[in-house]
Amino acid sequence: MALTIPILRSGKAYRSLDAQEITPVAGGDPVAEITMANSGLVRRDLLDLGAGRRALQGFSTGELLDITLRAGDAFLKDDLPVGDGGQLQSPDDYLHSLAATSGLPHTLIRMNMERLHGVFAQVPTIFKGLSRGLSPEVLDSGYSVQNGVRVSFVPTAEALGVILPSNSPAVNALWIPAIAMKTPVVLKPGREEPWTPWRVIQAFIKAGAPPEAFSFYPADHDGSAAIIRRCGRVMLFGGDETVKQYENDPRVEVHGAGRSKILIGDDQIENWRDHLDLMVRSISANSGRSCINASCVVVPKYADEIAGALAEALLPMTARKQDDPEATLSGFANPKMAEWINGSIEDGLAEGGARDLSLEKRGGGDRYLQLDGMHYMVPTITRCDSIDHPIGNTEFLFPYASVVEMPQAEMLGAIGKSLAVTAVSGDRGWLDQLVAAPHIERLNVGAMPTNQVEWDQPHEGNLFEFLYRRRSIQVA
Amino acid sequence: MTADEARAQLDAHLKEILAWHFSEETGCPFWLDWKREAGWDPRGEIASFDDIHKFDHFQDEWLRDEKNERFVPKGMGGRPFNVFETGGTTGLPKQRVGWDDYKHDYEMFSDTLSDEHFPRGGNWIMVGPTGPRRLRLAVEHLAQFRGGSCYHIDLDPRWVKKLIVRKQIDEVERYQKHVVDQAVEIIKHRDIACMFTTPKILEAIGERISIPGSGIRGVFCGGTTMTPQAVRFWVEEVLEGETQLVPTYGNTLMGLAASRPLDETYSVTYYAPQPRAALRIVDPKDTARTVDYGEYGRVELTTLTKEFFMPRFLERDEAIRRHPIDRYPWDGVGDVRPFGAMEKKVVEGVY
Repeated sequence: MALTIPILRSGKAYRSLDAQEITPVAGGDPVAEITMANSGLVRRDLLDLGAGRRALQGFSTGELLDITLRAGDAFLKDDLPVGDGGQLQSPDDYLHSLAATSGLPHTLIRMNMERLHGVFAQVPTIFKGLSRGLSPEVLDSGYSVQNGVRVSFVPTAEALGVILPSNSPAVNALWIPAIAMKTPVVLKPGREEPWTPWRVIQAFIKAGAPPEAFSFYPADHDGSAAIIRRCGRVMLFGGDETVKQYENDPRVEVHGAGRSKILIGDDQIENWRDHLDLMVRSISANSGRSCINASCVVVPKYADEIAGALAEALLPMTARKQDDPEATLSGFANPKMAEWINGSIEDGLAEGGARDLSLEKRGGGDRYLQLDGMHYMVPTITRCDSIDHPIGNTEFLFPYASVVEMPQAEMLGAIGKSLAVTAVSGDRGWLDQLVAAPHIERLNVGAMPTNQVEWDQPHEGNLFEFLYRRRSIQVA
Repeated sequence: MTADEARAQLDAHLKEILAWHFSEETGCPFWLDWKREAGWDPRGEIASFDDIHKFDHFQDEWLRDEKNERFVPKGMGGRPFNVFETGGTTGLPKQRVGWDDYKHDYEMFSDTLSDEHFPRGGNWIMVGPTGPRRLRLAVEHLAQFRGGSCYHIDLDPRWVKKLIVRKQIDEVERYQKHVVDQAVEIIKHRDIACMFTTPKILEAIGERISIPGSGIRGVFCGGTTMTPQAVRFWVEEVLEGETQLVPTYGNTLMGLAASRPLDETYSVTYYAPQPRAALRIVDPKDTARTVDYGEYGRVELTTLTKEFFMPRFLERDEAIRRHPIDRYPWDGVGDVRPFGAMEKKVVEGVY
């Protein structure tokens, strides 16, 4: 075994006796072993996270922003330590390790590397956007004055806990800004994806961040529970049940299914062909894995034509070798997930009221494919009679969308909670209603894909407001 | 004692126990009726422990459905008995009758403890399930047998399990804090040298106070899976490398299996209190067959005392079959975990 990934306990490497092999999705020899933290160890460590915060407080926010910028370059370009044996990992090594254990094609990994680099590079903008234009010095001096008003902020927690998934390296973007906000991080990596959080940590440390600010606990469910219970603020990823479990817990921010949508208004529907590329990108970017990928297209008419055109346009996106430069479809690290998704779609179709347009365009070819030992779900567009159909407003972890038809006036009431909504319309009155709708988290107005992100806008919660609360301060 | 001598001791003890339980003069109604219905007499058929598989597995529902009086051997002379319970989160718990077995078991166990870490005359605290459990009396007897007294903090595992099933984790934490608060108060204000507790409570106490700094020199711990990593963590961090950890495996039905001294692998291997109880690691698909050394199998318990005879009870645990050692020249059970915890077959190296 060449490589062992240890636990990081406030920056100090610790090799647990509980070592588990990480094997490639396609089979073959293990690529590394990862040592797992027992839950008691996690709980005990989390009793004292003060060292991490004190270490970060030794830097000004401006210095931490500079460190973050340098860390982004290191993440993208440098050889960085991996494991506890003194080995270095080049960007290409990282790409191959991640590809082997996640099923992601190389093109998507490169795209995600660039995306993460973009987050590092945009942290000053993100800080400004999330704090509504505050000067970074507000976290250095205790208080500052904004628009003539004295403002002061106090941390809500000693550390930010993050329970990471295995299926999407880009989600690490969510915690990167925390370091510049002087908040240590406690990360629980996904079983098959220790690579990205580990590399981001190493990039920060190489750029000058204090190692004490980083804890990394590969762990089972009990370890995750310890992080959720003991960190004052936690981000985690899960399904509807998890979202419901924590919906009234201010300590926990759950990133669940996005159910993002594209709505086309009456004034633009005759031009739907002009927006086909926007729809294809919204559904298929990042292999349809993001919560801001569109999973439902709602139109006032031409639903059959639009569904057919989307299915046709997505036909070339199919299973290819991972290193194929044309590969944009990701495989599944866990084949059972692909089987479960395929079964859910089959069950939905069997109920009636829905057609698989992609299946028809493929001439009946399988939706669930295997290639070189990897498991794939090829893009699927369904035409559903109702948004309430079991697969009419459902997000799956691959390029999937339903197309439903309803009058524009009914859309807002029918779409339900939606993370990102692209509204293709110039109808001022309707757009005003969308702007005022509390069940839309992120609204993109006009011809803009659902997955287009502007860095000064909050994404699924405002990290600054999650980690700090404003307090009163009066100075004589 | 050599392995052969240990085996001969077990065989002789088995014959003595069978003679007791299947005799009309000394046996209990349950086994005497069983003999009549089975149509064979174990006293003639079972020549050694190798023949134990001639018995079918003892069914745990017998300990729920049968009246306890049916397990009372006539040879006990009508002495009133203790009723000890296990399980019972829902429905009737399993019950076992007993008289002096717990004293014998814990006196045997006492012989395995070092006077340095479990000092004679030192007081104990027991933070764990009390109520109808054998452990309540057993730990107190152990303390007194070694010349000390025992303080008790109650813990109701049935209530905790119900809370967990209901996902009331906040309430579980409040209950745990309630238990630990009481334990810490006693430890702070009384002279305590030794402790029995469960791993989770041990960790929680260690988060509140320094266990060796409070004067506790030895901890006897049992009740759940103990992975090598968890044991290492308890030894190095919770007990700060000073207080001794003695892991045990046991229950109301068996008694107490002591562990071999820990080494750098922190892998825990237990040895049954032979000849009073014997453990086999069996192939789950063919339970007459013992698995090879180093392989996981299901734990099968046979209890052999005059108070209680229980052949081939399949525990809800699996473990690795380990080689005998000088101190315990019979098979050990290693790295115990819940049965079926891992689907794949695990073969370990030589320890």
